[in-house]
Order: sequence, then C-alpha cells, then structure tokens
Amino acid sequence: MRTLFIAAVAAVGIAGGLHAADVKPAVVYDLGGKFDKSFNEAAYNGAERFKSEAGVDYRDFEIQNDSQREQALRNFARKGHDPIVAIGFSQAQAVEKVATEFPDTHFAIVDMVVDLPNVRSIVFKEEEGSYLVGMLAAMASKTGKIGFVGGMDIPLIRKFACGYVQGAKAVNPDIEVFQNMTGTTGAAWNDPVRGGELAKSQFDQGADVVYHAAGGTGLGVLQAAADAGKLGIGVDSNQNHLHPGSVLTSMMKRVDNATFAAFDDLKNDAWSGGVQVLGLAEEGVGWAFDDNNKSLITDDMKTKVDAATMDITSGKTKVHDYMSDSSCPVS
Amino acid sequence: MDLHAIVLVLDSAVRLSVPLILAALAGLYSERSGVFDIGLEGKMLVGAFAAGAASAVAGSAYVGLLAAVGASVSFALIHGYASISQRGNQIVSGVAINFLAAGLTALLGYAWFSQGGQTPPLTPEGRFRNITLPGAETLRDVPVLGEIYVELISGHNMFVYLAFLAVPFTWWVVYRTRFGLRLRAVGENPAAVDTAGISVTWLRYRAVIICGVFCGFAGAYLSIAQSAGFVRDMTAGKGFIALAALIFAKWRPWPVLGACLLFGLLDAAAIRLQGAKLPGIGEVPVQFMQALPYVLTVVLLAGFIGRAVPPRAGGTAYVKER
Repeated sequence: MRTLFIAAVAAVGIAGGLHAADVKPAVVYDLGGKFDKSFNEAAYNGAERFKSEAGVDYRDFEIQNDSQREQALRNFARKGHDPIVAIGFSQAQAVEKVATEFPDTHFAIVDMVVDLPNVRSIVFKEEEGSYLVGMLAAMASKTGKIGFVGGMDIPLIRKFACGYVQGAKAVNPDIEVFQNMTGTTGAAWNDPVRGGELAKSQFDQGADVVYHAAGGTGLGVLQAAADAGKLGIGVDSNQNHLHPGSVLTSMMKRVDNATFAAFDDLKNDAWSGGVQVLGLAEEGVGWAFDDNNKSLITDDMKTKVDAATMDITSGKTKVHDYMSDSSCPVS
Repeated sequence: MDLHAIVLVLDSAVRLSVPLILAALAGLYSERSGVFDIGLEGKMLVGAFAAGAASAVAGSAYVGLLAAVGASVSFALIHGYASISQRGNQIVSGVAINFLAAGLTALLGYAWFSQGGQTPPLTPEGRFRNITLPGAETLRDVPVLGEIYVELISGHNMFVYLAFLAVPFTWWVVYRTRFGLRLRAVGENPAAVDTAGISVTWLRYRAVIICGVFCGFAGAYLSIAQSAGFVRDMTAGKGFIALAALIFAKWRPWPVLGACLLFGLLDAAAIRLQGAKLPGIGEVPVQFMQALPYVLTVVLLAGFIGRAVPPRAGGTAYVKER
C-alpha cells in the first residue's frame, strides 16, 4: 500500500514535471503575518507582482503558531502546488521534512539553507545593506552615538548589527553604537512596547539614530523615534512612508524579488536548486531613497554611500559576515 | 550610575508599571467581592484591541478609550454571568475569557484591517499624548529636584496620572465607604451580607463591572497611549504579572502600588542594563536580565511575604440556603 502510494506520488510528480509551465505557486508566511510592513509583506509584494505580470494566481497561508508550518507546507504540496515558497528561517525544519516527502515539488526557503536537491535556499548578505545604512546613520548623527534594536537574539540578527557597526565605524571610527535585543523567543518579533522602551533608553543615552531589525517590534522603535524627534531606520521593506521625515532610510532586503524569481523561474523552466546568496551586487539588498526621506539625505551622504556600494560590489571593501565565524570584529 | 541615569530608569519603571497598577486594582475589586479573576489578561487585550480599532476608525483617542471600556466591561459581564448567575467555576471562566480574547482580537484584526492582526497606525489625534505639567520648563535648571520634576513627574500621558490617583481612590472606596465595607464583607462572608438584606449578586456584579472599567483603561494605555496601535497579543502576560502583584500585595491597594512599581522597576532595569558592564562581574548576559523579574517574582512569592490569604469566599458562588 505504502509503495503504491509513493509510486502514485512519483507518477503525479513526473506528470507535473512535464508541464513545468503550469505553475501553481504558494507562499507560507512567517509568524509576523502577511502585512507586517516588513519582511513578510515584501514576500507578499513579490507574489502579487507575479500575479499581475504572469496572470497566474497563487495561494498563501499565514501561520498562527509554530505547529502549523509543517501542516501548511504539506497541504500545499499535497494539493499539487508548485513551487512552494517558505518565508523565514524558522521554517527550515518543516521544509526539510516536507521536501523529503515530496521530492518532485519545488520548494524555496528564505533566510535559511536546506540542503536538498528540490529546495532553493535564498539567503541575503544583510551585512552589506546594513553596512550602508550604518554609514548613513553615522553621517546623520549629530551626537556621535547611534543605536540598534534587534528582535530575537539569533545569529541572523547579530549579522545585521555587525554590518551596521562596521558601516558606522567606516565613517566615524569614534562612534558609539548601543545594541539591544528585544528577547530570546518568537514573541520578540511582536512587542512594540518593549521596542519603544529600548529605543527610548538609547535616546536617553544620547543616540539620535536608531536602526531596527525586529519585525513588528520595530514599529514601536520607529514610533518612539518619531515621537522623540529622532531618526529611525527601517528594515526589510521600504518603511520610509511610516513616519515621513523621521525615518532616515530603510535597509531593503529584496524578499519580493526572490519570491518573484522563484515563481518565475519555474514558470520559464529555469528553476535551479541549491543556495542563492543575494548581496548588493545581485541587488538582493540595498537602501531606500524616495520622496519621504529626500530631505534627510544630503548629496554628500548619497555620494559617499554610492561610492561604498561600488567598493563592495567590486570586492574592494569586504564586509564581515557575523555568521561565518560567530563573532564581530567591531562593536 | 549618576542621578540622571537613575531618574531615567525610574521614569521607564513608571511607564511600565501603569498597566500593571490598573489591572491589579481591577483584580482587587473583583477578588475582594469573592469573584476570582484570572481573565485580567484577556480583558486588557480586548480593551487594547477595541481602543486601537475604534481610535483608528474614528480618529479620536476618547472614542478609543470609550470602546476599550465598553469591550472590557462586556467581557467582564460574561465572566460575571458565568460565575455569579450561573455559579460556574470562576477559574474555568477566566481561562475561557483569556482564550476568547486572544482568538477574537486576532480574528477581528485580520478580518477588519487585514494587516496581520494589527490595527492601522494612529494619527497624533488618535493617541493620548504626553502632558507637560505647568512649570516644567522654568524648574528645569533647579538642581536635583528640577530634574526629578521634569523627567520623572512631568511629561507622561493622562493614564499615568490616573493610575497613580486610582490607588488612593481605591483605598478610600474599599476602606472608607459603605460600598467598600459591603464589598469586603461579601468576599469574606456573603451569607452575612445576605442576612442584612443586601443583594450579593448585585454587589458582585458591580465589582465585576468596575474590574472591567479598570482593565479597559489598562488596555487603552497599551495600544493608544504607550504605543500607536494594537498588535496581536500585545499584553504579553502583563495580566498575569498584575495578578501576581495582587496576591503579593495581599489584596490591599497601597501594597499593590508597591508591588507593581517593583515589577515595573525590574522590567525597566532589565531593558536598561542590557549589555551594561557591572563592576567585578563583567557584562551580564541578556537572558539573565530578562529572566530576573520572573525569578524575583517566584522568590518573593515563595518566601518573603508570608502567607497570602485570599478573601475567604473567593472562588465559590453564593447559594442561598433553601
């Protein structure tokens, strides 16, 4: 019976492989939810762009708790959805399990590496984008003190912090950077009150620019910055519009492009598994410059950051990746 | 640590203890009347959601506050109906309130605003802004006292002052009014109150409604004063900490204030001392600082306060003898 089932699944898989152009894409968001104005919303935007450009509808699911990840992925796979994009590092185990069960379905995971032939692992060089916003923060700061508020204390977030400090020190070697983490559990992504308090404590210590990498918690950070007349820096999506004039810039992580590419590649038979590392050179990360923060970014700042971008993409400047050796050369 | 740093930690402690004070006083009214209430968390949560939602739609903070009190009181009445009229188990009813609140706020948030359970960000009119007390600017230059006045006493929003005024008010109501005397009596010996010709049911309902009002204020503080919008599960266990503070304070108003300020101070210290280097120890791990409030709660509750005896009739529904 079991072999029969596997054979049936394999047959369906092969049949599916023959019609690679008929994609039935699906997205599983992380705990922050589809409209977190940040990480997950970027994935949503990418999926929406695919829908309007390719005319193919997609299904999505917002998980409410950790145990739903696997169910959601398996459900989509069983219903023949392909490719299935899982957003967030915490989906890794679930993706690994379900991708093994459905070897002919294509999976993509953002922010984590799952070593299976049918999984595309998309990771970003957050340190490079953070380096650029660190430079901007250091140039915008009048007190010579800036802050960082992280969400959950994990290596990925340390990576943001490390790149940020490196960028700031590149502009001003004497700059003081306050670093705080919101917590050690998943709840740390969704605690704006605590985020606001952390930002206030950094302002009280003299910081006047604060960068957050904290999902929903970061909304409290940006709010506190706007209330106190200081500057905040957004993350993942372009958050400049949340408090125009009080958000210096946003470190953009192009999860939208990655999601779009995953859908589009399978549609065009150009799917590739393995690890994709997206940095500044691949336009996987960057900083946001639009009408909302035009007045905050001087020409001088822009020139310097553009020069640094060139240096990083050409390999002249190397930004240290915290996750490569779990330590940061500067603090 | 200089004076400035200490004042700023205290300032943060005040902000963090306000929802605890309001929720613990809410619990005090309810539990003193003999209705145990572990649904403080849930009532705060619906209050916070209603405030965030109504304020975002109407653009007025006062409409938000009204909605918070309305939602919280209606949840309090559900608890009252289950545990007073229907004589159900008060703990079970409280747990149900918490689950209902957690699920309902997320569900309605998704359905109404489709922003992942959040309410839309509020405009300045939709929030209670900080109030600068008179004379704050002129007194700024006075050493020590000026700093304490400007940073610590002035510059909070309305709820902070209300919460601190609610403590003496509650003391006065509970110990100096006829209603308070009956409230305490009905929690200790409802049969005696009944014999005196006073309705136990109506007294307890009033206590539960007051509890709802206070929880509504606590919730509104979280979503439309301290931050600018509701997010899923934003109470983050504050209702339970408030309950612990209430037990810790042995159901008395002034000790409630002390306990809540202590918890607020621990929380503020945990935030401020993150990454700070202490002499002789070095950098304190973040995890330790974050666990400290809970560790101290357990230690204090276990050893230092002596026996906490709840109101004698607490937890049991009143049944007239037949």
